[in-house]
Amino acid sequence: MARVVLDHVTKRYGDVVAVNDLSLEIRDREFLVLLGPSGCGKSTALRMIAGLEDLSGGQIAIGDRVVNDVEPKDRDIAMVFQSYALYPHMTVARNIEFPLRSRKVPENERGPLVEEAARALGLSDLLDRKPAQLSGGQRQRVALARAIVRKPSVFLMDEPLSNLDAKLRVQTRAELIELQRRLDATVVYVTHDQVEAMTMGHRIAIMSDGVLQQVGPPQDVYERPANLFVARFIGAPPMNTITGTIASEGGSHILVTAGGAIALPSEVSGAARNATGLEVVLGVRPEHVRILPHDSETQFALDATVAVIESLGHERHVVCRLADEQMVIVRQTVETQRPLEGTAVRLSADPVGLHLFDAATGLRLDAPDPQLVGDGE
Amino acid sequence: MTSDTATTDLMGDVGQSKRFLNRRRRETGLGYLMLAPSLLIFSVFVFYPFFKNFYLGFFRTPPFPGLPARYVGLDQFREVLTSDYFTNSFRVTIVFALLTVPAGIILGLLLAMVANQRLRGIGAYRTIFSSTVATSVAVASVIFGTLLNPQVGLLPWLGLTTNPAILENPKYALFAVAVTTIWQNLGLSFIVMSSGLQAIPDEIIEATEVDGARPWTRFWRVTLPLLSPTVFFAFVVGSIVAFQTFGQIDLLTQGGPIDKTNVLTYAIYKALRDQNEGKAAVLAVALFGVTLLLTTAQMRILERRVHYGN
Repeated sequence: MARVVLDHVTKRYGDVVAVNDLSLEIRDREFLVLLGPSGCGKSTALRMIAGLEDLSGGQIAIGDRVVNDVEPKDRDIAMVFQSYALYPHMTVARNIEFPLRSRKVPENERGPLVEEAARALGLSDLLDRKPAQLSGGQRQRVALARAIVRKPSVFLMDEPLSNLDAKLRVQTRAELIELQRRLDATVVYVTHDQVEAMTMGHRIAIMSDGVLQQVGPPQDVYERPANLFVARFIGAPPMNTITGTIASEGGSHILVTAGGAIALPSEVSGAARNATGLEVVLGVRPEHVRILPHDSETQFALDATVAVIESLGHERHVVCRLADEQMVIVRQTVETQRPLEGTAVRLSADPVGLHLFDAATGLRLDAPDPQLVGDGE
Repeated sequence: MTSDTATTDLMGDVGQSKRFLNRRRRETGLGYLMLAPSLLIFSVFVFYPFFKNFYLGFFRTPPFPGLPARYVGLDQFREVLTSDYFTNSFRVTIVFALLTVPAGIILGLLLAMVANQRLRGIGAYRTIFSSTVATSVAVASVIFGTLLNPQVGLLPWLGLTTNPAILENPKYALFAVAVTTIWQNLGLSFIVMSSGLQAIPDEIIEATEVDGARPWTRFWRVTLPLLSPTVFFAFVVGSIVAFQTFGQIDLLTQGGPIDKTNVLTYAIYKALRDQNEGKAAVLAVALFGVTLLLTTAQMRILERRVHYGN
């Protein structure tokens, strides 16, 4: 097993910078998820680790070895492709065997290894089939078996679940987590699906426009997003953001929005103090917003109207419209009293659930972590 | 009551199936109506000549024009097909196909693999490699006729001279025509092979790189099997084209020297030129038979080794 270190890695295609100065350490036996919207450079970063793309700058080390000029086959990695990239003319057994055959592993050693990999992924009965005769989930497992058969130090996975239907995806997600634990392997996993990232990764690294935004354990990233991009990208429904200006009134701070002002609780006033007069974005996750009656007297609340209620069975999303037309989504449990659509309400938030961002830079205002890198497990 | 309902149901069924049949008949009629134009054209230009050709083979053309053709049944077939003229022609055709088809495919594939690299300026090579498609047989023949010319050509300039000159040399003439043909067909072969290569997903090739396959293994174990439908297609079509070669023979050697390049199509042409319709018809039937047999054999034997995608 091995760690992977990306050191100021850059990839340019002509004038387009796909990956910009990416520095990231993937620890030994870690399941690291590279997360971001399509075109953010996450796949390019993975392909550079695999050796399928050259670097325009920086260096990549796997284990203790700089691999910039090492062929993919000599990097001791295995890759699972989005399309699975199975060899369509070979049987399942031959597909799994191919990496061993290519590396001239003696025939008498290949058989047991193939069987072991097939057993680990429940493919023992399908060894004589061709990929065309398999379901999507089975093909995906063949791709995984082909990756694990060689026992490489690092597994690279490029959106391996994106071609599966929703139900199978949930099931395979759990299987992949188990597999990683059993193999005790370093995994770099690329996805655009934040649920996959949250559920699977020991840490997640979020990228946007080729730039690393934040790295940390899923819960940390969720609770303390380093900037507006991360705040909006992680979480479904997404974090509510309300734009306004910070003003100082008496000893406390208020956020002045187009639709009215609210006093900021002491939890964020530290951050607010430095931002007086600045345009800011107040972020609050839907589960941290509370709906109060319109005649509620609390000073930490904004006037709003209930626009739409979406019921999901186990919870409901109440979409409210503020006086200045900004929308706020409130997540409620079904036990909570259901408001009526069209009624006037007041919205308040748990002070612990408030995030302040600089509207110009998007950066978190309360004690932003200079490294953007969270530690701890 | 029960039986009543049953009867009505049955009647209903009958009525329905009658309507269904009527509709089917109308649809079939419409289908044939739409086919009619192409059927008509095929009948006049393909089906009628095809069968008429068999018919003509039963009649011996008299040695002097103006006399009526005489019905001889299968005699003429036996006579022509056992003649040295035919066996020579048949052998020349087979040798010509063997010289041109595999070489054309292999060279086309090689060029396609070179042009499939992601290199700067590779587009220029692609254009050059495929340019012979835009060259007519006549132009290709004139170019090679000049290159092989014993006085002004490239070979004497290189100091390679044969006596007699290469296109008049029984030993080399067929080979020279074959080289011309390979060159002429290379553009098409390149395009076909390129499209085949491009149909192989990049991820599969990348998977072989990660899996540790060396280029040679990658080619034999992955690229070639995935390309097999294309190669097979090129082989069958290439063979048929080789069997129908005419232009370059006529322009370069006229079937000579001493019938060494007298492929079947040229033999048919010569028989017609000699106004021996009967003999030409028999030779044409033979060419048809040989092509049919060969293509069927290729389909039967080679297709088993072809992998068609999902």
